[in-house]
Amino acid sequence: MDIDVTLLARAQFAFTIAFHIIFPSFTIGLAAFIATLLVRWRFTGEPHIHRLARFWTKIFAVSFAMGVVSGIVLSYQIGTNWSRFSVVVGPVLGPLLGYEVLTAFFLEATFLGVMLFGWNRVSPTFHVAAAVLVAIGTSMSAFWILAANSWMQTPAGHIIRNGIAEPADWWAIIFNPSFPYRFAHMFTACYLTTSLVVMAVGARYLIAGRFEREAHTMLRMGLGMVALLAPLQLVIGDAHGLNTLEYQPAKVAAMEAHWDGSKPGDLVLFAIPNSVTERNDYAITIPGLASFVLTHDFNGKFKGLKDFKKEDRPPILPVFFAFRIMVGLGLLMIGVGLVGAYLWARGQLLKARWYLYPAQFLWPTGFIAILAGWWVTETGRQPWIATGILRTADAISPVSFGAVLTTLVLFVIVYGIVFSMGLLYINRLIEHGPSGSAIHVDEAVPSRPLAAATEAARDAGRASKTPKGK
Amino acid sequence: MGFDTTIAALQSGDIALWLPLAWAALLGTAVALYVILDGFDLGLGILFPVMPAEDDRDVMMNTVAPFWDGNETWLVLGGGGLFVAFPKAYAIIMPAVYLPLIIMLLALVFRGVAFEFRWVSKPQHWFWDLAFAWGSITAAFMQGVILGTLLQGVRVTDGAFSGGALDWLTPFALFCGLAIVAGYALLAATWLVMKTEGEIRIAARGYALMLLPLVLLAMAVVSLWTPLTIPRIAERWFTMPNLLYLSPVPIALLGSAFVCARGLRGRTDIAPFVGALGIFLLGFLGLVISNAPYLVPTALTVWEAAAPVKSQWFMFVGTIVLLPIILGYTVFIYYTFRGKVRHGAGYH
Ligand code: HDD
Ligand code: HEM
Ligand code: HEM
Repeated sequence: MDIDVTLLARAQFAFTIAFHIIFPSFTIGLAAFIATLLVRWRFTGEPHIHRLARFWTKIFAVSFAMGVVSGIVLSYQIGTNWSRFSVVVGPVLGPLLGYEVLTAFFLEATFLGVMLFGWNRVSPTFHVAAAVLVAIGTSMSAFWILAANSWMQTPAGHIIRNGIAEPADWWAIIFNPSFPYRFAHMFTACYLTTSLVVMAVGARYLIAGRFEREAHTMLRMGLGMVALLAPLQLVIGDAHGLNTLEYQPAKVAAMEAHWDGSKPGDLVLFAIPNSVTERNDYAITIPGLASFVLTHDFNGKFKGLKDFKKEDRPPILPVFFAFRIMVGLGLLMIGVGLVGAYLWARGQLLKARWYLYPAQFLWPTGFIAILAGWWVTETGRQPWIATGILRTADAISPVSFGAVLTTLVLFVIVYGIVFSMGLLYINRLIEHGPSGSAIHVDEAVPSRPLAAATEAARDAGRASKTPKGK
Repeated sequence: MGFDTTIAALQSGDIALWLPLAWAALLGTAVALYVILDGFDLGLGILFPVMPAEDDRDVMMNTVAPFWDGNETWLVLGGGGLFVAFPKAYAIIMPAVYLPLIIMLLALVFRGVAFEFRWVSKPQHWFWDLAFAWGSITAAFMQGVILGTLLQGVRVTDGAFSGGALDWLTPFALFCGLAIVAGYALLAATWLVMKTEGEIRIAARGYALMLLPLVLLAMAVVSLWTPLTIPRIAERWFTMPNLLYLSPVPIALLGSAFVCARGLRGRTDIAPFVGALGIFLLGFLGLVISNAPYLVPTALTVWEAAAPVKSQWFMFVGTIVLLPIILGYTVFIYYTFRGKVRHGAGYH
């Protein structure tokens, strides 16, 4: 197939999946956050917690809708863009994605209806249970899709017959070498991202002097998670890197911009790696530190890019820079968590405007780190689509240049509109705030039998402080 | 190749022979469920242009808002199931219907987000009204085009699609597109008869009475067009003894149409929708009969397209356990939100 079609198809896939992953990163954490809020409310009956849950559910609904529609596109794009890929690795990957549909998508999609529309119609216990089921569904979805992606990175448990990967051992396929690390890292990343958003919104209200009660709760819950998870993420990321060194050494060489495997690796703080001269221009380095991180010895050796044939090397620039963006943001989050925890411990958190003011702009950091991380992982896997099994250039569908170009342009336009409107609406909901008409409960849903009506009246009584009406 | 092979496969007890058939049946069930569930869902968007009042539109959307995501998941299962069980067919079909498929997906993006965006953007929601209507119409039309393209057969060389990007652009496929738009609109109109009251219900009933003959006419055209242009389909239906065995299908279809029409005339709530479901399911069964055991007509049979037994089996076990659970909670959720939807502000 024509190389240009491959490039276009890659660009199109990267665009749609990068758009998609923004929403799961947020909704996986947010579903868990809302479920936690609702459970807490069931036990304590605090009205402001209920208001918060309703407020975030509204934002959840908008993000979830965007996650669903962009995800449906992806599930078909594997076939439209990578039909050779589906033939060659379909027997292994297909069932993993199939289980994702059966165990996760149906669960979250179905109980989402109750979570969004059941406030008055079902008993509070059932409603909380639905929120918990949605949270479980999103996590299961991450489990299966990351198992699939990890298998593409570090395949195991299969045999190749007539050029097609056939399953031999399902356990080994699902729990392939990089899966536990990737799952832990991505899962933590999702919770971190959501916590940062929650924290930023809390800070925004405090700075504006609005919704103080809710803002305190948001700030504390968000900050608590960030202080805990950001350092944990560093530890997991480090272990993840060691695993990658073992199974995908070329990727690590690109992340570290390490050319010559016969010498110890320096930690490159900044450089412009030059793949023509095979060295780093304008490099600022800490000698031997990369070797120390990866081998726990300043003189330890690990493979450099020159140890791989040119056609087996991943593109170095995107891997190198994306890695630095991710780690840089990770360090920033650790700092934010530490400073915040210190202020909190001294009882100054709610007054420290110098801290709260910048904190309200932290909400995009998690998303950027996640996109950067995936850029490292996926680009670092090149030129393979499934490491050692199939090259990306051989995975392409028999579709024409014009067709792929047309649809790429359409995707950019449509996603551009939908995405910017979505952001606008989420911002509008945040502007409205938790005590406004964030969720206006009324007879939208089918008229309900009397028993449920009494139940709902009780529910309304419990949350009597919730203002209603537009 | 025909029924005899199919029956022999079932009798042989050989897993490599019956498992692909079982999978084809499962996949057929998923597609049928998708078509009826998302059918009325998309149909509501198709009816949007003829239901201009804002509160009517609010009510229409509220009748399906708790379910739309679950309904669309059957589409993911259909595509996913094809990928799992018949990767070779998946690899041919997806490139063959590349443009209609991607346009359909983009249309689904617009109408899917409209469920949320329409409420949040009020009172300036005109754009999302348009997005919901045209997204639904385009998605339904493209689904019909895809169906028509597959019925006509696609060009395949060495197990890969070898046709052009615009092969799907034929009068037959376009006709199928229009037929599906009319059919989904009928499903939605009868759904509204069941789920609403007052003015909307009266209007919906009127549209259903207009759509029913149109849909039957379209089905008649397809049922004549395919056997006239495709000999293997003519042979399947119009030779003895097949004609005898298969005649209950069109008869039952007419029966469903009768139930639907009588329900509409008699002003009952549920019968029109049930009749419309019957029309769709029997029409689908007819298409399956025309084409079995092909998955990609005349290029790949279910056995040729099948994934290795080990892949199919791993997923089959899970599906047999999980599908009833999924159906169980789906029914439960529809039951939870049963009854008529009234005018009034949304949950938003
Ligand atoms: C189950 C499969 C799967 C999963 C979970 C992911 N990817 Fe991936 N990705 C692919 C399957 C894949 C692929 C089909 O294998 C691609 C297409 C071309 C390629 O080499 O790999 C790919 C390419 C690809 C590229 C282009 C790399 C290049 O061609 O240079 C980017 C930037 C991403 N992906 C980003 C992501 C993001 C942001 C993900 C977040 C969830 C993600 N991937 C998950
Ligand atoms: C090739 C990669 C991917 C494909 C084909 C894919 C497919 C899909 C599909 C079809 C949906 C819609 C399901 C529905 O109808 O509810 C979806 C939603 C979702 N996906 Fe993905 N996905 C991919 C990558 C990922 C990754 C890497 C994650 C998580 C780490 C993820 C997590 C989710 C979640 C949580 C949802 C629910 C909707 C949401 O929260 O916004 N997906 N995905
Ligand atoms: C703080 C130090 C961090 C280190 C040392 C680290 C390390 C790594 C490494 C080595 C990889 C590539 C693994 C591979 O491709 O095989 C990776 C990927 C990734 N990182 Fe990080 N990371 C850090 C912080 C973060 C943060 C803060 C986030 C997001 C909030 C994040 C999100 C991701 C994601 C989404 C991926 C791609 C999925 C994966 O392969 O796990 N990382 N990280």
